[in-house]
Amino acid sequence: MSGDHHHHHDHDHDHDHGHDHDHGHAHSPPQPDDKVHSYHQILSIALKELLIEKGVVTAAEVRSFIEKRDSITPAHGAKVVARAWVDPAYRARLLEDGNAAAAELGFPITGTKLVAVENTADTHNVVVCTLCSCYPRDLLGLPPAWYKSRAYRARVVREPRAVLREFGTDLPDDVALRVHDSTADIRFLVVPQRPGGTQDLDEEALAAIVTRDSMIGVARLEEGAH
Amino acid sequence: MSRLSPGAVVRVREDYPPGHIRTPVYLRGKQGVVERYFGAFGNPETLAFNLPGPKKDLYKVRFRAVDLWPDYQGSPKDMIEADIYDHWLETMT
Repeated sequence: MSGDHHHHHDHDHDHDHGHDHDHGHAHSPPQPDDKVHSYHQILSIALKELLIEKGVVTAAEVRSFIEKRDSITPAHGAKVVARAWVDPAYRARLLEDGNAAAAELGFPITGTKLVAVENTADTHNVVVCTLCSCYPRDLLGLPPAWYKSRAYRARVVREPRAVLREFGTDLPDDVALRVHDSTADIRFLVVPQRPGGTQDLDEEALAAIVTRDSMIGVARLEEGAH
Repeated sequence: MSRLSPGAVVRVREDYPPGHIRTPVYLRGKQGVVERYFGAFGNPETLAFNLPGPKKDLYKVRFRAVDLWPDYQGSPKDMIEADIYDHWLETMT
């Protein structure tokens, strides 16, 4: 990405042209590209440029891969959860073989094994990767920044209930907590409990109430929140 | 056929070799129970160095939070689970 951010003088600036603005776009101030790269960011940029230079990958392939990655959102995971809520046979298949169940809905998962873990009245699941940032990216997209933070990774296996409380999730003492540390090739998807009062919602409406954080397990879906 | 079955009581090897090890340090030397067998997977310890090597059986191992942290605040039923390769697990007899 080096060398391509030197053109800040497009028409998005905010100075006074001395004439009326009626062309309908927001005049936000320019965003200077003043980010300081860390050592490892510079290393990864250098590696990418070398791989392109050596003909191992093309710039278009890298761009296309990033574009494809960025098109995956938690809405994909939400569709899987909603289907599991309305279709007991699908739920059973999801718990048995996450990859096959996700692929059924058009979400292929490659290279890792997807394991769905289900929240119930007496068990709550939460996911972490203490070693790095393993996350079901094929189904939820990129992880949130806090998921990759050292604080979350260190604390959620040490004092998970305190961490959940900070996310607004006060887990009753009689609910057993299972913290899944993604240390290998397995990726975990939490299937949240279907909230009460949703019996009249169809599958699409149900998918709309399933949040990212509920599929990581730091939140529960509350009745009446939809 | 995997060496360990669900329910097997295991101890994570208390060992600190150099290299790309995906067995968390906080679990080394700790006792847990095999929750399930996932199958055989590439071994990150050799893959990280682009070395050939056999796949390793991978298990989900369940640890009681109160066994990991003596001052644990929470339910005695709370579990920390991690995915551990066969060669890091010792059986308890």
